[in-house]
Amino acid sequence: MTDYQTWERRTPRQRIGRYILMLIVLVAAAISWQLLQINYSYLGTAPEEFMDLITRMYPPNVGYTGEIVSPMIETIHIAILGTALAVLMSIPVALIGAENTTPNRFTFVLGKFIISASRSVNVIIWALVFVIIFGSGALAGTLAIAVRSIGFCSKLIAEAIEEIDPGQVEAIQATGANSVEAAIYGIAPQVKPALIGVSTYRWDINVRASTIIGFVGAGGIGVELNTSINFFAWQQVLTILLAILVIVVFSEVVSAYLRRKVR
Amino acid sequence: MATEQPEQRTWRRPTAFYNHYVKWAVYVVITVFLLWSAWNMRISVARVIEGWGAAIGLIQGMVPPEFTPFKMDLLIEGLIESLAMSVIATIVGVLLSIPVAFMSAENIAPRPVYWVGRGIITVSRSFHELIIAIIAVKAVGIGALAGVIALSYKTVGFFAKLLAEEIEDIDSGQMEATEATGANRVQTMLFGVVPQVMPRIIGLTIYRWDINIRHSTIVGIVGAGGIGATLLNSFDQYDYDFFLTIIIAIIAIVMVGELISTYIRGRIQ
Repeated sequence: MTDYQTWERRTPRQRIGRYILMLIVLVAAAISWQLLQINYSYLGTAPEEFMDLITRMYPPNVGYTGEIVSPMIETIHIAILGTALAVLMSIPVALIGAENTTPNRFTFVLGKFIISASRSVNVIIWALVFVIIFGSGALAGTLAIAVRSIGFCSKLIAEAIEEIDPGQVEAIQATGANSVEAAIYGIAPQVKPALIGVSTYRWDINVRASTIIGFVGAGGIGVELNTSINFFAWQQVLTILLAILVIVVFSEVVSAYLRRKVR
Repeated sequence: MATEQPEQRTWRRPTAFYNHYVKWAVYVVITVFLLWSAWNMRISVARVIEGWGAAIGLIQGMVPPEFTPFKMDLLIEGLIESLAMSVIATIVGVLLSIPVAFMSAENIAPRPVYWVGRGIITVSRSFHELIIAIIAVKAVGIGALAGVIALSYKTVGFFAKLLAEEIEDIDSGQMEATEATGANRVQTMLFGVVPQVMPRIIGLTIYRWDINIRHSTIVGIVGAGGIGATLLNSFDQYDYDFFLTIIIAIIAIVMVGELISTYIRGRIQ
């Protein structure tokens, strides 16, 4: 006889399935923990070391502020120019990577390939590659940011293109427009909000990224940060970190404002 | 009745700006700014030509990628460490971020708690992994532990932010129903809120794991464990063959991670 009195949230089968999944996660965690061979003595001294770091950092070196103004400006330039280049290059990639605008099967696969290739290599690795090619400096950083952002921007713009209303494009074509005109008057107005949204969002991400590409010599505030850390100039490090915090929060506010405006 | 012929009118595209002059002014300002920005970088034709030569040299140095047994051992060791770091960092990060997410959900947390939660999220999100990794390396020494700390720290901001948004969107009816049966606050959370956000928790965990795999491959550049250290070494020694091998391996592992993550998230939703 079935027991109608007690309430069970799951059937026995579901419960066993969940236990097995949890077991898998636990085993994966245990194996990973083993593999890391963490030296626990370091963990013991960590709070001490961390407090030591803080006491050495505080107070921030205010006099250093003047010196980081121009690297900070360079950082923002890298982010803006990198994003602008990325958006310019991602428009054709998005057009061939969207199912409804791609000319043929081959170009579609090519578009998808460019998108995933750009996305799977981290910005710092791109920066390493461009530093070899163009030498250290902001140019390498800008290109690294641009190449890395193409995948992200194209993917989102391609999704926006796939969601457009085909009626508007047909209407433009019915007036006798060729395909370029149809793209300008039929597709562009429909994806413009997405385009602006994606660029500002990516710019926000790129501001963060451009603060660290200096670690490998690709310009921006990261160069100063790396130098200060190597010289153990912790008060300067704190000044730089505070400056980074300010521009990151600023870019987030600007990006959120612009995205709300175009929505 | 004869229809009146409308006057010949010209059509202009509507604009989001105040008027068309403002629109063009904005475009001009943006273009000038970008050009000035580019000029600041000191990009010259000579430099691009020089770069072209270097690029060809680099590609010649990279091809073919190197697969000698000694290098493969190094590679596999680094990759396993990266993967292990990503797993541990995801678990630790998610466990830490669930309470933070509940704190930062506007509909269930009291005002002061809400602001504390939001503050934690903002601080966690503002610095890049590598900066956190450097500080962690200083605090706990070179090695995987620093990487795990950096990745877990970044996980909190990401996971808590998205989960908090999900909690804000829940159906409050279920919470009230649980409360009406006499449940206390903890029970309301467990039976009224958690079941509604559980699919999202799992989906986000997998998604964040995918992101952590990517980042675990680079935190080694500042000494925080994983394949990144090997990558930077090969780069510093001009060992471009091995450099390419590592990059290919990273791309492969990132893509596999992404496929698994997409598959599982597709199954859950």
